[in-house]
Amino acid sequence: MAKASVAVHKLTSCSGCQSVILNMGDNLLKLIELVDIRHFIEAGVNAPDAQVDVAFVEGSISTHEDEERIKRVREQSRFVVAIGACACSGGVQALRNVKDSAHWASAVYADPGYLDSLADSSPVAELIKVDLELWGCPISERQLIAAIRALLHGVAPVLPTEKVCQECKRAGQVCVLVSQASPCMGPVTRAGCGALCPSFGAPCYTCFGPSEQPNCDALGERLVGLGIPAQQVAERFVSISAGAKPFQRAWARWRIPVKELEP
Amino acid sequence: MTDPRNIRLRVPVITRLEGEGALELYCRGNRLERAVLRIFEPPRFFEKFLEGKHYSEQPIIASRICGICPIAYQMTGVRAIEHALGLEPGDWISRMRRMLQCGEWLQSHALHIHFLALPDFLGFTHMMDLAKSHPEAVRRGLRLQALGNDLISLSGARSVHPVGLKVGGFHRAPAPEQVALLQPRLQQAEEDAKALVRWTASLELPESHQAFTSVALHHEPDYAMNEGRVRSDQGLDIAAADYPQHFREHQEPHSTALYSLLNGEPYLVGPLARMNLNFEQLPLKVRELAAECGIRFPSDNIYHSIRARALECYFTILEARRLLTDYQPQPASVPDVPRDGWGAHCTEAPRGLIYHHYRIDDAGFIRSACIIPPTSQNQARIEADLYHGLSHFGLEHSDEELQFFAERLIRNYDPCISCSVHFLDLRVHRS
Repeated sequence: MAKASVAVHKLTSCSGCQSVILNMGDNLLKLIELVDIRHFIEAGVNAPDAQVDVAFVEGSISTHEDEERIKRVREQSRFVVAIGACACSGGVQALRNVKDSAHWASAVYADPGYLDSLADSSPVAELIKVDLELWGCPISERQLIAAIRALLHGVAPVLPTEKVCQECKRAGQVCVLVSQASPCMGPVTRAGCGALCPSFGAPCYTCFGPSEQPNCDALGERLVGLGIPAQQVAERFVSISAGAKPFQRAWARWRIPVKELEP
Repeated sequence: MTDPRNIRLRVPVITRLEGEGALELYCRGNRLERAVLRIFEPPRFFEKFLEGKHYSEQPIIASRICGICPIAYQMTGVRAIEHALGLEPGDWISRMRRMLQCGEWLQSHALHIHFLALPDFLGFTHMMDLAKSHPEAVRRGLRLQALGNDLISLSGARSVHPVGLKVGGFHRAPAPEQVALLQPRLQQAEEDAKALVRWTASLELPESHQAFTSVALHHEPDYAMNEGRVRSDQGLDIAAADYPQHFREHQEPHSTALYSLLNGEPYLVGPLARMNLNFEQLPLKVRELAAECGIRFPSDNIYHSIRARALECYFTILEARRLLTDYQPQPASVPDVPRDGWGAHCTEAPRGLIYHHYRIDDAGFIRSACIIPPTSQNQARIEADLYHGLSHFGLEHSDEELQFFAERLIRNYDPCISCSVHFLDLRVHRS
């Protein structure tokens, strides 16, 4: 039987999720035995038009070129898997969607016709049908391998939708929000990282996107109640997953209009 | 004698680069008129993303500039903000940060050598083919890369976008048991790294000699990584805060990375520039190995970059081992208190010098940020090198041969094209 064919595409991103693949070590050598990699520019394989069974897409849609590319990827792939915060939510560059960014783009381009930029940075699923989303900034290697194994066996991978808090509690860690009054986003962020930041005594910062039913209002009120400045609370919501709607609404609620900040 | 031809060779995508770039050559007859490295990585306005954020978010946001060298963006920013706040985190924290930088250099160099550069010199199109014919060498490379990643994870939980660094120090000190697990691996890796250096020394590399200015950090008494003054081999010697007075950036319409010039001229940053300026500060073992293999610095051959990277792999392993000897956890950070201030800092990312500055307000929010990544500093040098190299190579070669020549040359610089971070206030010309 022919090996399943795979492509790794990049849109607007930092290349970090591709780096997770290139960092897999022995698992990478195993992966290239299991699947036939047809397109993966950073690894030196360049055939963007190859028909494949599974296309992994890193990056958000932030240019017209990205829009064109993603439509072609959909046409030539059986399954499309969005990998990482950019592909799943628009990424950190979706900060331009919430901030007053109109003047950023017009000022940076002397020749806007040559390098285009869309007003918003969008998740892949906004333009095409996506079969699976692997969240994270970057994705978790474990989730990626599990997803590939599941797809090769023709079953849908099981991915968490619960909150980081639940992983954190199961790991028996001390809550950084309660014990240090840290602006932890764990209560509204999807699990999957293994509660990495709290395990290092740091507050979660939304890498894995919104959890199921995120109660951003309650979290925002709690953080402001702890004495954290409202502007800082607002900004914590629009970080790595700034494109996520529940986080944008929380930002809009807590932000201080720029005018009031000026001295 | 072939007929003169007017060609415009367009290579739409260069493989084995981090991020995406393209190359355009404009030739008239057998004369190259212009070589343009086009970087079309969509600009992501990182400096603007940072405005309005509390400084505690700097390591989170800035690391996303580049998934291959995230620590460089965290480290430089954190140090610049510490200057703005008047913080000096002390010896133990500096030591652990240097260890962290060793991890990033090692993983990035091992990745570059094996995935991106070596296939060029051994006649393969990519690492997957290389793995079939040189399985042991590739496994050795993957072991070095994995060790680099694990050195990063020691203080940062993961190697891509680690979470350990903060203004004032680290969120947590590594546990002694975890350090103990790394020590034997560092010892074993010495042999791997020595073998890698010997292997790169045995490669037949192209001869290319050009006059160029090397720029790197310099620090007494050690091989500069996170601290030091900016030096060039033409006599420049300045503090990081004076960087904007000597280095100027400008935009070219074909690229989202800005071009940086030193007193109006292109210059080189990166491992070869570091070797050219600071080779004598490397540990004796590294210098002896270089001598044994016939590797000498300074060098004016950009193809020697692969050997510089291999030597730095060996150096980082020795250095990480030294830094972790007799490891004792200590307070991982000093308290940080917001204040109105400005701070600048330079560090050495795996692919070269990086500069940041920040203005912070009295509540701790970032009012302005400036980030100058290595690739925008190398871009003018890359184009000058392409122009010179291709002119000498000869345009009578086929387009395919020209393309291979140019791509291989560009990969020496390990440009990290994801780092299109810039924002400049320019006058917009509208018709």
